[in-house]
Amino acid sequence: MRKIEAIIQPHKLEEAKEALKNIGVDGMTITEVRGHGRQKGHTEVYRGMEYKVDLLPKVKLEMVVTDQRADEVIRTLAAAARTGKIGDGKIFVYAVADAVRIRNDDRGEAAL
Amino acid sequence: MRNSSFPRLRAVGGAPAQSADSVMDAVGDSHRGARRPHTFTQPAKFTRWIGCLQFLTLLVLTAGVSLAQSIPPDIAKRLDDLDKATKNAQMAGDNAWMLTSAALVLMMTGPGLALFYGGLVRKKNVLSTMMHSFVLMATVSILWAVIGYSLAFGEGNAFFGDLRYLFLSGVGAAPNPDYAATIPHQTYMIYQLMFAIITPALISGAFAERMKFSAMLLFITLWSFVVYFPMAHMVWGKGGLLNASLGGVYPALDFAGGTVVHVTSGVSALVCALYLGKRDNYPDESMRPHSVVLSVIGACLLWVGWFGFNAGSAMAAGSLASSAFIATHFATAAAVLGWMTIEWMMVGKPSVLGAISGAVAGLVAITPASGFVKPMPAILIGLAAGVVCYLMVSKVKKIFGYDDALDAFGVHGIGGTLGALLTGVFATREVNDLRMGKPMGLVDGFGGQMTNQVIAVLISWGLAIVGTLVILKICDAVCGVRVSKEQETEGLDLSMHGEEGYNLES
Repeated sequence: MRKIEAIIQPHKLEEAKEALKNIGVDGMTITEVRGHGRQKGHTEVYRGMEYKVDLLPKVKLEMVVTDQRADEVIRTLAAAARTGKIGDGKIFVYAVADAVRIRNDDRGEAAL
Repeated sequence: MRNSSFPRLRAVGGAPAQSADSVMDAVGDSHRGARRPHTFTQPAKFTRWIGCLQFLTLLVLTAGVSLAQSIPPDIAKRLDDLDKATKNAQMAGDNAWMLTSAALVLMMTGPGLALFYGGLVRKKNVLSTMMHSFVLMATVSILWAVIGYSLAFGEGNAFFGDLRYLFLSGVGAAPNPDYAATIPHQTYMIYQLMFAIITPALISGAFAERMKFSAMLLFITLWSFVVYFPMAHMVWGKGGLLNASLGGVYPALDFAGGTVVHVTSGVSALVCALYLGKRDNYPDESMRPHSVVLSVIGACLLWVGWFGFNAGSAMAAGSLASSAFIATHFATAAAVLGWMTIEWMMVGKPSVLGAISGAVAGLVAITPASGFVKPMPAILIGLAAGVVCYLMVSKVKKIFGYDDALDAFGVHGIGGTLGALLTGVFATREVNDLRMGKPMGLVDGFGGQMTNQVIAVLISWGLAIVGTLVILKICDAVCGVRVSKEQETEGLDLSMHGEEGYNLES
């Protein structure tokens, strides 16, 4: 099993969700987060006072899929979330030791 | 200029003409109405009935006339009744506008200023900032009823009033002819109260996010006694030093409170900002406004409420109120464009906060001039205010490094001073013939007015600086003016009031 963690632009969330639904990914967790990579934020000016805003709003998507599906999900997600501009975000992939469905104690891939 | 001259002038010149017009109209209307029954389409049956009725009417009239001939007509009494009826009608009209104006001016403090200032602070201080405005609506009201009105508007001496209106005694339904001859004295008193509320509320922009609530209450109470009541008396009170029409030594023109309200509050704000010191981590930490949206709503309410502030200062619903209303509106529009344009040129983007700040700057600057200038000079005053206040808050503040958190000094102190001086330049007898046919301002042909304006500005600056400094020392000795570093970090909403503005997860 692989955990896929993607940090993307908030306005790309709907497209990413739709693309994942179309390839049959039916579970995910979404968090509103703030951060920056190379993008380094922007400047806001209020009555002549400049404020450097370096942590920008982003959305984090997390999902766990089987090893076989991981590559397809990653490619789909990247394609859907891409604008081609700096600040599009990143995808991180982790190995998952186990999974448990709390309702009935299903373990491993059966719990996904 | 809130005093009797205008109502009196109106009573002598304008009002009878108006009432004559309305009588003419009424007569005209009744003629037009009477013509309709005399059409020749009525059936003969009805005509006969009408003939009988006409005969009966004639009989009754003849009896009436012979009766009237036997009793000499009491023309004096009828004229007296007519006079009373006319006065009542004028009072009804003026009173309706003045009560509305009083409500509009209260709306400027809450929710207007509360929202405008509330949006500009960080979200951990939104409630404490709104509370500064709101609690003054209660505190100053009680002060006013007990003694404040008397100290400001009792006759007294050149600097403050006496105690004749203590506990509002003698403030009843009968007009006070010195101040406003055509509205109940009570209306005048409650209208003036709304100005006494908003003035200290304006100062709160300077000490936002770091002043103790208890110290704030003490400060505002003392400030009302030391700065506001005397200043209001000097400019508007009978016999006040700067009063333009009730025996002032230096008659200064201040229609709705450029010196009394904006210079005093703005300059006191600067003293507060310097005395309290900067907010913790200013200017390194981000202190962005937490919601410019709230500020936009607040600014719009201020703009609308200001019509009560300026046009209401005519103390009557006549043409002077219209003139002040119009000057106020055009100056504000010009100030929005002035601030927006210079910011666009200097920063590259026209900000929303800039546009609404420009509106407030324009409203402040036109306040003293609103009842004395024509629309085109009003536009000039507004433009000047937009540009000058922008430079104050974005450049001059940076150079000196003081933390006037919400720019109460930059907008009200500077805008008020600019407006008070420009009033002396553009005031004209065509709008307000206060000097009985003699020229009013510099452009009108009387340069000497500038001297009086400068004296009024200097006195209000001096009183505000000295008064505020002394009061802050007293407050500091009594309870300490500034919150602790921990309380400031936690936010005043939690540390002072035990609440938070936004509990979105609850």
